[in-house]
Amino acid sequence: MRKLKGSFMIALALCLAFVTACGQSSGTTGGSSTPAEGDASTSPANGKESVKVGAILPYSGVYASLGENLTRGMELYFESVNWEAGGRKITLIKEDEENDPQGALRKLRKLVEKDNIDILTGPVSTAVAYALRDEVDSKKLPFLVSHAGGNDLTRTKRSDYIWRSSFSSWQIGNSMGKYAYDHIAKKIYVTAADYAFGKEVAGAFKEAFTAAGGEIVGEVYPPLGSNDYASYLTQIKGKKPEAVYAFFAGADAVRFVKQYEQYGLKGQIPLIGSGWLNAEDIRPEQGNSPEGIISTMFWDYHLDTPENKAFVTAYEKKYNARPSIESVEGYDAARVIVEALKSLDGDTSDRQKVSQAIGKVQFTSPRGPIKFDQETHHVIQTLYLIKTEVQNGKTENKVVETIGEIKDPGK
Amino acid sequence: MDIIAIQLVNGLSYGLLLFMITSGLSLIFGIMGVLNLAHGSLYMIGAYMALSITQHIAPNFIYALFLAPIFVAVISFLLEICLLRPTYKLGHLSQVLLTFGVAYILHDLVRLIWGANVKSLPLPPWLSGSVELFGQTFPLYRLLIMGFGLLLAAVMWYLQEKTRWGAIIRAGLSNREMVSGLGINIKIVFSVVFAIGGLLAGLGGVAAGPILGLYLGMEFEVLILALVILVVGGLGSITGTLLAGLIVGVVETFGKVMFPQLSLLIIFGLMALVLVVKPTGMLGKQVH
Repeated sequence: MRKLKGSFMIALALCLAFVTACGQSSGTTGGSSTPAEGDASTSPANGKESVKVGAILPYSGVYASLGENLTRGMELYFESVNWEAGGRKITLIKEDEENDPQGALRKLRKLVEKDNIDILTGPVSTAVAYALRDEVDSKKLPFLVSHAGGNDLTRTKRSDYIWRSSFSSWQIGNSMGKYAYDHIAKKIYVTAADYAFGKEVAGAFKEAFTAAGGEIVGEVYPPLGSNDYASYLTQIKGKKPEAVYAFFAGADAVRFVKQYEQYGLKGQIPLIGSGWLNAEDIRPEQGNSPEGIISTMFWDYHLDTPENKAFVTAYEKKYNARPSIESVEGYDAARVIVEALKSLDGDTSDRQKVSQAIGKVQFTSPRGPIKFDQETHHVIQTLYLIKTEVQNGKTENKVVETIGEIKDPGK
Repeated sequence: MDIIAIQLVNGLSYGLLLFMITSGLSLIFGIMGVLNLAHGSLYMIGAYMALSITQHIAPNFIYALFLAPIFVAVISFLLEICLLRPTYKLGHLSQVLLTFGVAYILHDLVRLIWGANVKSLPLPPWLSGSVELFGQTFPLYRLLIMGFGLLLAAVMWYLQEKTRWGAIIRAGLSNREMVSGLGINIKIVFSVVFAIGGLLAGLGGVAAGPILGLYLGMEFEVLILALVILVVGGLGSITGTLLAGLIVGVVETFGKVMFPQLSLLIIFGLMALVLVVKPTGMLGKQVH
């Protein structure tokens, strides 16, 4: 019996270790580096060696689909320029971030020492981005952050070599604050997944909403990956707020939004939040429950611009699937790299110049015009108000308003 | 008062769902002494199979509710015969490691077959309604889960305590040689029990799918809760598992309301408390 109990404790420890690694798989694909263009590294254009771009992205575990969409976006853009910029071939070397800061750091060292990369891009996890930050800074490696949204990366942790083309949690939360007060409700309940990013988004929203004059009637932060939101929803309903602001993503967003309907809150208390609540890639799994959600995001599938239409058409033709927010991030990151290389005429010998060239890139992306803030190194972009509607029995998102350019304050 | 009552219903329905998921694990453990860490994976496969059945074979949740668990039962039957049988003489630790390894393999297989995106199992319209309860809206499906969970508990208790078949498997745990001496093939009994455990895991997966959603990693989240319930309830007791499931469900629900940041800690605190007061769990039997 004693032996049995020992085994039991080992079992529990094993599971906990697994779950605290955020439900990661064993990383079976870890360590594999797969150049996207098999021949590119050995057959340079114009006799010059190819530019090596290292991507640290999740290819296993809970965020695997984000990593895949980011990669698809990048490869789509690189393909559109024939994997060539400034007279040099581009090679993409992919490494699995495994949502593990220490593991990602090892991958970074491999990319720098063995593969000799010129530019780094990725990751999805903010914790991983923070872990890579010091190493990148000391090695003076140009690093284009293509997803991780933690505020500090372009605030206290900013570096000469790091630029971010995706978003910050502040931009996401802040963009809803004033609009919510002016057009939706004066008393709001705030709920967000209990981890750094969720807290930052909720914090930015609260700051902007209360500054406009609104009142927060309550807040609750369920653990990331909560199975059941029933008790929180009952509690929220009991407080009788005029609206609910929520940040949840992925499986959490699917469950939260569906249960919001099942517990009778939908239609009675307006649900607003960040665009991950009703994102393109999870809406089909939510049935009609996201109907009526109003969220803010920097891109939408139905954005009516020529750039976005061209992007969507090309993406759907190549992958036979709708692009997601992450696909756009990958597409834009690839374009930033290509434009920077063009402006340098393909000369990547001076890393400081490469970094500066990245910062000078500006263009009209599928999400609208983007450029970098020279002080914080963070992207300046337009945010949109998106509403989910039911059309022919299926939900679709619609851009109802352009909120305008939102620039992270950098402190 | 209404809020407390509705939270109690929330807790009880979640608890009965947890019982459904844990019952198979408890059965296998109680009867065979095997801690099957692939149980969560079988639960996950049940949910994903139900999704495929509703998408490709018949768009009917009820078919999935019957077919998917049978499919999972076949898988676990094969698992027992091919992998577990040779380990019975090696002791518990080897079974723990073996089944945990199987869980990893199944995790990757599920990703290979169904992909890494989040999925959800849609309910038919007549099941997705809601009812008024204590002045609050409550999903009908959750009430049905409660009823189903109680029914399952009653059936399992009856089979195990009151039938000849139950007597054989209980005897098989205490003294394997004696049962074999009575002319009963204990190997077949074990295989059947393991298959039933799989059936229950699959059933739990299908039942939980519409509520909890389908995603990679769901198996380990559920496995942790199931292990806690197993410890709290007492090893090898169906009644104990039911009781522990209800208590964990209710405690977690109220924990979430009162101390949202500590809900997982409260569950483990409960487990520690039970282990200190009663090392064999609330209704545990002494297993040799």
